[in-house]
Amino acid sequence: MDEVQIQSGNDVVRVRQQVRVVAAQNGLSLVDQTKLVTAASELARNTLVHGGGGVAKIEAVKSGNGRAGVKLQFSDEGPGIADIDLALTDGWTTGSGLGLGLSGSRRLVDEFQLNSKPGAGTSVVVVKWSR
Amino acid sequence: MERVPILKIGQTLFVSIQIDLQDDTVMRLQEDLADELAATGARGVIIDITAVEIVDSFIGRMLSMIGSISRLFDADTVIVGMRPAVAITLTELGLPLTGVRTALNAEKGLEILNGKS
Amino acid sequence: MDAGGTGTRMADYLRDHHDKVIGRWSELVTAGVRGRTSLEEVRREFGELYSLIVRVLSNADEHAPGELRAALDELSRGRARDGFTPSETALGVFSLKEAVYELVADAADMVPEFLAFSRMIDDLGLRTFESYSAAREEIISDQATAMLELSTPVVRLWEGIIAVPLVGTLDSARTQLVMEKLLDTLVATGADHAVIDITGVPTVDTEVAQHLLKTVTAARLLGAECTISGIRPQVAQTIVSLGIEFGDIATKASLADALALALRQAGLKVVPAE
Repeated sequence: MDEVQIQSGNDVVRVRQQVRVVAAQNGLSLVDQTKLVTAASELARNTLVHGGGGVAKIEAVKSGNGRAGVKLQFSDEGPGIADIDLALTDGWTTGSGLGLGLSGSRRLVDEFQLNSKPGAGTSVVVVKWSR
Repeated sequence: MERVPILKIGQTLFVSIQIDLQDDTVMRLQEDLADELAATGARGVIIDITAVEIVDSFIGRMLSMIGSISRLFDADTVIVGMRPAVAITLTELGLPLTGVRTALNAEKGLEILNGKS
Repeated sequence: MDAGGTGTRMADYLRDHHDKVIGRWSELVTAGVRGRTSLEEVRREFGELYSLIVRVLSNADEHAPGELRAALDELSRGRARDGFTPSETALGVFSLKEAVYELVADAADMVPEFLAFSRMIDDLGLRTFESYSAAREEIISDQATAMLELSTPVVRLWEGIIAVPLVGTLDSARTQLVMEKLLDTLVATGADHAVIDITGVPTVDTEVAQHLLKTVTAARLLGAECTISGIRPQVAQTIVSLGIEFGDIATKASLADALALALRQAGLKVVPAE
């Protein structure tokens, strides 16, 4: 498992590059790699911009029937999200365009889990499987 | 920070993005293009993203903004060379990419720009 | 598979009565598959399993359990390929209990050993069931992928005009494949018009319409214009009654109409030869 600290725009780029490497290593097709890296970019940016910085964890995983996949976790100790349902609808914004970040990312991956409480930070876990 | 170079050929500004885009690089590009458009009165902008592997919602919105800014200078913007994987991802992401036209390559992008003037 | 006394006694017993037990086991298995395998083949296959079982019971070496699992998986896969039901394979394994029981029935002191042995065989039999399932899943998945590939051609209709004739249901998996092939072909041919023909798509509901919309959106990002053709009369009625809007996407009844439109948009005209 790889861990990347997200404290700057540079780090978002590093997360993208690392996710790309792990996705390719685990048999994801080019389109699936692109989708996962794009989702990672969205989520990493959220962590930076709205979470005040945080950490990304990148892990290769295996499903019950032996399929390879990639699991990403983005966590921060920021202000958290008050209304999760609202955050997951398309076009929701707080200030500088959180916009499509969460709902869009969800469509790009196979599994998506969001945990957040105001004042208790945010954690997003996503998984994308190879076909 | 890396700056994306802007080439002027005739009435068109050409931008070819070859690097992994950081947020501030895109914002800088926006500023530079606005400056160039104001200074040169160019009628069209072609942004070549053949080498771009990831277009997320931030970058997508920036591209749309570039389109809107160009419009204010009476110029059209065409995004060319989008990779299939990027197009499929953008579609799934639900990002509408307004304010800009899209074309397969710079040549076709120019045809669009010339057709309009 | 327990260590110590219980297993080793059974192991010794199985070793001492090797021929008798294997013989009886093979008979039971062959009877169970109703002649689809010969007694000789069964003796061979199951003989190997037998030795491995004995090794595991006697706790002789640490590799034995792994080898036994591998041998079982191998047996399962082979049987799956040859068309045996998972029950037949599992029952074959279970019948070893019967074979052994027939021989220890009179030895009251072997009861605890037999019980432990019986539980072990149950686990082994169940394992064959699981490997069978996994093997079938893999075959089905491979076939599905192959079928998907076969049924999604992209053809060149004319210079700069390509067509995607869709046959069968348009689900999300199919849509992904169509988008990929369509876009790759646009890049390869430099086409600026794509006709998506849905004559062969049996139902067009809101979901299918969304898939079509996605495909057109993606193609437009590559500068191509799209026309949807093959709208059958009933389909047209369904689309309207469901309130589906195709917006600014041109739709035509037939591929021919769509081709004519594309040619017009390309500034071409078809005229009679002199």
